[in-house]
Amino acid sequence: MLGDRQQLSYIAAQAADARLNLELETEGMTLNIGPQHPATHGTLRIIARLDGEQVVWAEPACGYMHRGYEKLAEVRTFPQVTTLVNRIDWLGSFANEVPFILAAEKLMGVEAPTRAQYIRTILFELSRIANVSLFLGDLGVQLGAITPVFLAFRDREYVLNLIESATGGRFHPNFDRIGGLKDDLPAGWIDETRAVMKKLRGFCDQIEDLLFGNEIFQSRTRGIGVIPRDVALQYGLSGANLRASGVDWDLRRDQSLPMMWNKADWKVWTHPDGDSFARCWIRLQETRESTKIVDQLLGSIPAGPVMAKVPKIIKVPEGEAWVSTENPLGEMGYYVVSRGDLGPFRVKIRSASFNNISITPWLLRGVYVPDIVTILASLYFILGDIDR
Amino acid sequence: MSPLLAEIPYWGESLFRVLGGLVAVLLPAGTIVYVFLFKMMSFMQSRLGPMEAGPYGSMQLFAEVGKWLQKEDIVPERADARIFKMAPIIVLLSTFLLVVVVPFGPDALFTDLETGIFYALAVSSISVLGILIAGWSSANKYSLLGGLRAAGQLIAYELPMVLAVIGVVIQAGTMNLQKIVVAQNSGSMFGIDAVGHPYLISQFVGFVIFMIAIQAELTQAPFDMPIAESELVSGYMTEYSGFRFLIFFIGEFATAGVFAMIASVLFLGGWGVPFSWFGWTSIDEVDNWMNFAGPLIMFTKMMLIVFIIMWIRFSYPRLREDQLQRFAWKGLIPVALANIMVTSILKVVF
Repeated sequence: MLGDRQQLSYIAAQAADARLNLELETEGMTLNIGPQHPATHGTLRIIARLDGEQVVWAEPACGYMHRGYEKLAEVRTFPQVTTLVNRIDWLGSFANEVPFILAAEKLMGVEAPTRAQYIRTILFELSRIANVSLFLGDLGVQLGAITPVFLAFRDREYVLNLIESATGGRFHPNFDRIGGLKDDLPAGWIDETRAVMKKLRGFCDQIEDLLFGNEIFQSRTRGIGVIPRDVALQYGLSGANLRASGVDWDLRRDQSLPMMWNKADWKVWTHPDGDSFARCWIRLQETRESTKIVDQLLGSIPAGPVMAKVPKIIKVPEGEAWVSTENPLGEMGYYVVSRGDLGPFRVKIRSASFNNISITPWLLRGVYVPDIVTILASLYFILGDIDR
Repeated sequence: MSPLLAEIPYWGESLFRVLGGLVAVLLPAGTIVYVFLFKMMSFMQSRLGPMEAGPYGSMQLFAEVGKWLQKEDIVPERADARIFKMAPIIVLLSTFLLVVVVPFGPDALFTDLETGIFYALAVSSISVLGILIAGWSSANKYSLLGGLRAAGQLIAYELPMVLAVIGVVIQAGTMNLQKIVVAQNSGSMFGIDAVGHPYLISQFVGFVIFMIAIQAELTQAPFDMPIAESELVSGYMTEYSGFRFLIFFIGEFATAGVFAMIASVLFLGGWGVPFSWFGWTSIDEVDNWMNFAGPLIMFTKMMLIVFIIMWIRFSYPRLREDQLQRFAWKGLIPVALANIMVTSILKVVF
């Protein structure tokens, strides 16, 4: 027996077919986009029923890369879990560690020293920049312009080098500890970071000139895949996708966490249109804001330890905690249940991409095949973040 | 028969022509791939491109060809095997047919057709057939979509191309490519014959339309809908591998070269230099050394035009299918028709 959801989508598919056959007396074609397809940069599969080049019905099929992190976390100790959650959104790994560590700290009642909080915030924003700058380049490739991606890879490399020199890991830093950080920053890191932030602002200008100002790019993205404000809220979108629909919502600003975003002066951008262009534009602006946050925080890092006093063997007291942060892809949260053991009893991971792609069946109805790619690119998901 | 070949027996002349045809198609294709695809694109994207095979990676192309030749020639199980195998050859064939009418010098030409440009536009459409059957016979949905897109696009852009050429034909008063070259080089503008009369100047609108149309005919970005690697994997080429893919690949760049040659013949004065420089007045007075200098001049002009094509290709995103059709039918064709009217009015007035 099919599940309710599957049954509904099956009925929708049948209805779409019947409508096609009635109106045009032609047969629809089912196009399987993925699991291996250049547009999905990962193993996402989209089943689309086509009428010519128009999509009548589409449905994402995820789960090809499910790695069971929620279950695996139950048989790990608390410090070990960061190694797992690093791999959820692999482009912004450090940002994945932070909410989990914050949840554990909340349960234990410890708080990281101020210096550690500053460095955490800076690394968080750096991983956002590394993540979104790849998006800005990849956007070009999805729309057929091959040059921006190389510029993106070039400038993202500077950020990855910074992350590597601070944490030792380019992709998977595994740097956060309950109660602080593994190490202090290396010498000269702050000056280097300032120089890189300047380069990245240049990169943003370059992308704006090369891609966002291009008439073809605008005609491909403006008015394509419009998500109205109420629909965006209904489907539980978060992050830039939500802000592009005009919802002024940013967890970095709206939530009080032991992080240092409120110490910097920056702006939450929103866009009234809700189309693909708005989503891309919001991300471009956010990269600029992130470089500003990093610049301002670098100037005011206080001296002091980077690690609070925590026992060698970490046992988290009994209790439940939910912490979510504004990750590069949207809201990412962990619901941690502890029974006073070395490891968590249960972890629920709320990742942004899974909710963000849930809107695709609604959004892809009636668009053309090339627009599938535009819409998917502008929604911006990471496969690891969908399947966990 | 041209005087250059007067002393050679028939078989020798045929051999000469075949070798000449191969050189005229493959040499520009190879140069374009190396200079533009490997190197210029790399420099635009802040990287070096191939550097290992030969000095500055100059032997990379041979390495690539060697690699493709070694690969297995895969035919999908449900493909229509016979025409699946035929398709790339038809595409390349149209390129060879196209180069036949291009003049490279006063006597260095394959055939001197009186309706040369008409023939060229006609045979260039044969490649559509190859692409369409490649898309159809692959038994792949992506290939089918790509093939259909290609057919729609190539037919839509054939028309503005023909209309852009008509302006040149009206002005030169002939369809013979050799005579178009001579008309430009022996002509004068307002009595000044220092640079002859390249139709780039008087037919600038036609030139722009022609360039846009060949960009689309060659399916280069922003008109690369038929290949659209982020949507259709590789369009009509998805199922091809080994040397059949190589033929498509050569065909793509060889056609770019030949179309650029035709554009240089129509708008930049082809193989010639302005005749007034050496005191020539007609084709018969042109010195014999132009048969050697001509191809080189032609090659330079071709590279300039291909540079423009590739420059646009590497920096623009791709149009959507309906936008592309709208651009051809609502933008280019009316402008091209207006260009013809203005040209013919001016032709009658002056």
